Amino acid sequence: MKMANPLRGEVLTLYKNLLYFGREYPKGADYFKRRLKAAFLKNKDVKDPEKIRQLIARGEFVIKELEALYFLRKYRAMKQRYHLEDDKTK
Amino acid sequence: MAELRALVGVKRVIDYAVKIRVKPDKTGVVTDGVKHSMNPFCEIAVEEAVRLKEKKLVKEVIAVSCGPKQCQETLRTALAMGADRGIHVEVPESEAERLGPLQVSRVLTALAQKEKAGLVLLGKQAIDDDCNQTGQMTAAMLDWPQGTFASKLTLEGDKVTVEREIDGGLETIRLKLPAVVTADLRLNEPRYATLPNIMRRTTRQPGRWEATNPSLHRPPSVVLQPLPVQVYHCTYS
Repeated sequence: MKMANPLRGEVLTLYKNLLYFGREYPKGADYFKRRLKAAFLKNKDVKDPEKIRQLIARGEFVIKELEALYFLRKYRAMKQRYHLEDDKTK
Repeated sequence: MAELRALVGVKRVIDYAVKIRVKPDKTGVVTDGVKHSMNPFCEIAVEEAVRLKEKKLVKEVIAVSCGPKQCQETLRTALAMGADRGIHVEVPESEAERLGPLQVSRVLTALAQKEKAGLVLLGKQAIDDDCNQTGQMTAAMLDWPQGTFASKLTLEGDKVTVEREIDGGLETIRLKLPAVVTADLRLNEPRYATLPNIMRRTTRQPGRWEATNPSLHRPPSVVLQPLPVQVYHCTYS
């Protein structure tokens, strides 16, 4: 990652985006940050652009998963709090 | 209606996932240092307005928030979700506790008329006070029809068909614009305001953050450039 690899920018953007998503993580932002950093450091010596692209794609997949997780959590909480009658009438 | 302007009210509330704690002196709830975010029903309202804009049924989406300066965070989220402009009606922190549906609906009424909005979209209620009044009061003050607890919204020409979630089922009504609609849970699935979108809205107009600096105290009439966020100062009794 220290080389002037053209994908460096993409990797950094991915890291920043993931970090932003981690703020709302149910197990805590610190837990998320530690795991995120460890995951990125584990792959810091990967040089092959194809492999880097695959890892970036995996990171973007994680972002999609987090979006879905956050939405479902919120939806379920709101439904539980505001739509109790659903269980009775529907 | 390509000329339709949507005014969306967004409220900054304590985040839904936070465990609320009562203050030791029992005068209220602990808010200092507690995570705040946009009211979930307001998110749904913003999402609906943005979707209408994407379908080219609405020309402009204007987000409004009343409260202390932290409300600008909430407005930033609304802008990142796709709103065109944000209006922050600044209320000093000391008076913010007395801000309720009556005051907010007065503000929304004035802004809807000023901005010539044809559609006012709000969340059905805020998760902190659960008043469920602002939408209804705003409609009454504006003398506009209202479609509350909307789980489906269809714009057709100068009419809006609203499917409402009521006790015992669903009710479909058709309102003539301009109208007030409040969003219920099943209206849509709000998009997440991702970091790139927030950054994009922050850096697009460089002068923006200086203009919203409260120390400038610029009266609204002097703001000639279309900055994304305008600040109106108000005090009320």
